Amino acid sequence: MRTPFIIRLLSAMPRSGWIALAVFAAITLVVMPALHLWVPESSPFHVSTYVITLGGKILCYAIVALAMDLIWGYAGILSLGHGVFFALGGYVFGMYLMRQIGTDGSYQSLLPDFMVFLDWKELPWYWGVSDSFPLTLLLVLAVPALVAYVFGYFAFRSRIKGVYFSIITQALTFAAMLLFFRNETGFGGNNGFTDFKRILGHDITSPGMRVILFSLSALVLMLTLLLSRYLVTSKFGRVLAAIRDSESRVMFMGYNPLHYKLVIWALSAMLCGIAGALYVPQVGIINPSEMSPANSIEIAIWVAVGGRGTLIGPVIGAALVNLSKSYFTVAFPEYWLFFLGALFVGVTLWLPEGVVGLWKRIKARSAA
Amino acid sequence: MSESQTLQEAWEDITPSFGHMLQPGLDTSHNVILYLEDISVSFDGFKALNKLNLTIDVGELRCIIGPNGAGKTTMMDVITGKTRPDTGTCFFGQTLDLTRMTEPQIAHAGIGRKFQKPTIFENHSVFENLELAMKTDKRAWVSLFAWLNSEGRDRISDTLKLIRLDGEADRQAGLLSHGQKQWLEIGMLLMQEPQLLLLDEPVAGMTDDETERTGELFKTLAGKHSLVVVEHDMAFIEQLGGKVTVLHEGSVLAEGNLATVQADPRVIEVYLGR
Repeated sequence: MRTPFIIRLLSAMPRSGWIALAVFAAITLVVMPALHLWVPESSPFHVSTYVITLGGKILCYAIVALAMDLIWGYAGILSLGHGVFFALGGYVFGMYLMRQIGTDGSYQSLLPDFMVFLDWKELPWYWGVSDSFPLTLLLVLAVPALVAYVFGYFAFRSRIKGVYFSIITQALTFAAMLLFFRNETGFGGNNGFTDFKRILGHDITSPGMRVILFSLSALVLMLTLLLSRYLVTSKFGRVLAAIRDSESRVMFMGYNPLHYKLVIWALSAMLCGIAGALYVPQVGIINPSEMSPANSIEIAIWVAVGGRGTLIGPVIGAALVNLSKSYFTVAFPEYWLFFLGALFVGVTLWLPEGVVGLWKRIKARSAA
Repeated sequence: MSESQTLQEAWEDITPSFGHMLQPGLDTSHNVILYLEDISVSFDGFKALNKLNLTIDVGELRCIIGPNGAGKTTMMDVITGKTRPDTGTCFFGQTLDLTRMTEPQIAHAGIGRKFQKPTIFENHSVFENLELAMKTDKRAWVSLFAWLNSEGRDRISDTLKLIRLDGEADRQAGLLSHGQKQWLEIGMLLMQEPQLLLLDEPVAGMTDDETERTGELFKTLAGKHSLVVVEHDMAFIEQLGGKVTVLHEGSVLAEGNLATVQADPRVIEVYLGR
């Protein structure tokens, strides 16, 4: 007898996990929006715009961290170029946001300001569908996935692994950054896109829109978590972990690792793209620095700090590192990178399983 | 309706003659499961295999012996598609050219391999190890939605009993003893339902008792499956009692039953002369 899909999904997570998810949903979908929108600013319970924006940013980073963990923690492939997929998703949505500015830009032209500045007379062909919201959403999914698929196909087919793979992913994101820096590429050069005005005709800076984007990010994070949980507890996930531990053995059992790696690699890139598309309207800017190699390395650090090979770990890691980043870069701006480096070295030396591993150790000790 | 029936009849009229080409499954009509002919492999000038000829019959239990560097592991690499031979032909049954197939394709066609060092998945449970090995559709999209049914569970529990690990199903495989790991790997091989089993030093590191039980298991498998066993343990080879092939410097030095081979002066020279 076939087990219904919904039962499989429910059994993929223990009861405590579902309860934690419900609490998280209540806070991010109900409590925080209500406290931001309907509690007056004078009240100590008011959630400020700063908190909503920072929270939304961190939720997007958490989605990226989860996507990274699927490929690194469960398939053993360390990508140091995941920033490129995040940025691609962001750029695709940014194109839509640029078109939504309409004639409200500095030059009162239908073309985005940077094109007027370059003396371009019409939109390049690849801006063709950027005024359509549904097609933009489709491209947010398709562009990062397609780039990842093509890149991954050649890399995995040539059996490039380990540190060699990590290095070429760094090269990928660096090359993409250089490409996007050029004005002629048609994505605003080093300034990228900014000064967004509206989404679907609604003001992008209104409290209501901020709350919608924040809650949408939370919802996507929860769905990503459920999807990941399903994947890693399915047979697909067990094959992936087996490929991570001994790829040749998996081949002699009759599995083709190429297809397994490609599926998880393209899916991971797609999730990064969604996160990027949610991120850009919340921070109001996208430029090629999102593709800098250091950004991609930082993603790996979030996952390592939280605990790779667990799903909750990367979410915690992304939140912890980014909260301390927003504190440090204000309090001691010149020491942030030293702190980040020390954190990575420290975690690698003493916490190989990250914060989640530490928590497990404490629990095991108190139980003994 | 009638039109589609005539079409189907027409199709059936054609297909028998093409059946052989349309479904290139394993054809053992000449009672031979594996042919190696004039296989040569060299690594940087070193001839690992030198015009090797070997045929294995259906249901046979063959032992391969030879000093270190004789080419035993390279031969297995050629059969399983890991190494491409420089020259020579390698056929599985009458029709499947192994030199043109990838590792997963060869595994699907029905050749299972046990490595010298036990390579089980240490982070998976014993049960999961067997589940991964089980003969089934192994494409990525299928695995995404695969769910173990009761027949699958029964097959796994039968195999667990056969390899005497039925009490250890949920244990992490990395925690098993060395002998148990060897048995688990044999179990994984059986879950693949291969016609031909290649076993590289299957009893290395086993206790005498475990070795003897392994021998008994192999003898029950022979007949239904064909087995090629690479071993150094002469007592074990004697227990198996099959035909023995001696490899030396990449080609066959002698072939026959154990007593004949051991009496062969060339074999004695190779083993004792160095």
